[in-house]
Amino acid sequence: MPEITAEQVAHLAHLARIDLSQDEITSLTAELGQIVEAVAKVQEVATPDVAATSHPIPLSNVFRPDTVVESLTVEQALSGAPDRDGDKFKVPAILDEE
Amino acid sequence: MTDLIRLSANDLSGLLADRSISSVEATTAHLDHIDAVDGDVHAFLHVARDAALQTAADIDARRASGEPLGPLAGVPIAIKDVLATKDMPSTSGSKILEGWIPPYDATVVARLRAADLVPLGKTNMDEFAMGSSTEHSAYGPTRNPWDLERIPGGSGGGSAAAVSAFEAPLALGSDTGGSIRQPAAVTGSVGVKPTYGGVSRYGAIALASSLDQVGPVSRSVLDAAMLHDVIGGHDPLDSTSLTDAWPSMTQAARAGFEDGALKGVRVGVVKELNGSGFQPGVKQRFDETLALLEGAGAEIIEVSAPNFEYAVAAYYLILPAEASSNLARFDSVRFGIRVNPEDGPLTSERVMAATREAGFGPEVKRRIILGTYALSAGYYDAYYGSAQKVRTLIQRDFDAAFAQADVLVSPAAPTTAFKFGEKLDDPMAMYLNDITTIPANLAGVPGLGLPMGLAPEDGLPVGLQVMAPARADARLYTFGAAVEQLLESTWGHTMLSQAPVLAPNEMFASEEGVV
Repeated sequence: MPEITAEQVAHLAHLARIDLSQDEITSLTAELGQIVEAVAKVQEVATPDVAATSHPIPLSNVFRPDTVVESLTVEQALSGAPDRDGDKFKVPAILDEE
Repeated sequence: MTDLIRLSANDLSGLLADRSISSVEATTAHLDHIDAVDGDVHAFLHVARDAALQTAADIDARRASGEPLGPLAGVPIAIKDVLATKDMPSTSGSKILEGWIPPYDATVVARLRAADLVPLGKTNMDEFAMGSSTEHSAYGPTRNPWDLERIPGGSGGGSAAAVSAFEAPLALGSDTGGSIRQPAAVTGSVGVKPTYGGVSRYGAIALASSLDQVGPVSRSVLDAAMLHDVIGGHDPLDSTSLTDAWPSMTQAARAGFEDGALKGVRVGVVKELNGSGFQPGVKQRFDETLALLEGAGAEIIEVSAPNFEYAVAAYYLILPAEASSNLARFDSVRFGIRVNPEDGPLTSERVMAATREAGFGPEVKRRIILGTYALSAGYYDAYYGSAQKVRTLIQRDFDAAFAQADVLVSPAAPTTAFKFGEKLDDPMAMYLNDITTIPANLAGVPGLGLPMGLAPEDGLPVGLQVMAPARADARLYTFGAAVEQLLESTWGHTMLSQAPVLAPNEMFASEEGVV
């Protein structure tokens, strides 16, 4: 079982786009170690002959008729946005200054 | 006059239909009671007094004009904050969505409105439904009406407390690993997780999409069935919604009241859900209930589900993995708060990370990081992949069990309500609360929770869980109503009539004695 390190937690937090304080990283490292150890139990019975299930009641090819229906207005779509510019969502710079 | 807040939805429905009472009267009684007790209980995050009274008045006017209305028209209802409502804030218990008013209604909410129920407000929950106690709500916990120092279960502790504190006869909940059934167990109320796909999730803020299900919360099995009939059925806006034609759950529940409803029913007792770790009073009430069932002609069969032992482990891989993906939508662009980093350049990526640091609570961060880990290259097969295989094994266990039994039963929760803070610092201890309820979510089968007594050692409610095969929700209601009737006739009263009477806030002290 690979040990979970603080560096790993910091890397995961970056991947998940959550800034974490040093204290949070410390406590999460310990908690994650315990949780991963407990959930690794699944490997005891997950043998190669068992198929994986992703969805409890499988459905396939779910389509709706291709017809125009009422949708949100621009005002409605923008109503919860933290920032806007006219009819558009406004976001901070996408690229760093490099 | 009858105490309107103590009536079942079915009884209110009758009085409203023959115009003995108005919806404005019923709604006012509940709103006044919310004002009186919710300062202590904190079941609600938002109360829509004016809108509720307006809705009720409109329904009364339409009824007076002779318009035919549905069976629950004019009956008040509380709505879990995980559901989008276009006239009320919808936060899912999180700071990141504080004050967000969605531009649309969840399908189940639209169906409530179409059936003329009266939304009273939004109920508290663990943040994004992650928790078993409501202690993870960003807005403070809900208190259990049986003992205000104890948890009301979670994540739907607000909805369960609302019905058990008589603040609403009905509520909507959502159940990803037990969030309807476990709160029902610890508050002495009733809750149903329908078959996966039986009720639309469109507009339910997603936690784990292969597990989430919306369902009814109430004080009786019949009331839950009546609400199920309103919200259930195919929704083209939810691609996982089943296209089945469903029978009337109300009729199914009423069939349970008939003589001999339990005769010959094969009741499977899941050996793995009745073992060590269960509180003695929970085991005692469960064994007594089995004896009652046998006395009523049911056949008790022990069944084994050997892979249920791995369910909690599989769940805490699948859920965080799906949640880490679902919660990526909280990126500070389209809805919710935006928080800038304290220093450094303002790029979208850095603003998103600062927003999520400020907007998510500790449990949400924990599960997102765990899910990100489980889905990482190099670990995927060992964790997420293995968990999906366990899911197959659990489905096979259910298939084998349902080959022998018509319904399966277990305690709905291993213990009665615990005290605040008891399990907050130990995530694994909190996760094990759902050991009885998680298998149904992994397999997609329906489950119902109803009260089966008070534990002798602490006087707190104990819940029974009933599970049926996928798509056999009606069977749950028939069996559940029959068990409820049997238990209540043994006790001579309903469970919630025994709950302590909550002291009203000072300004309402003059109304004391109403109950």
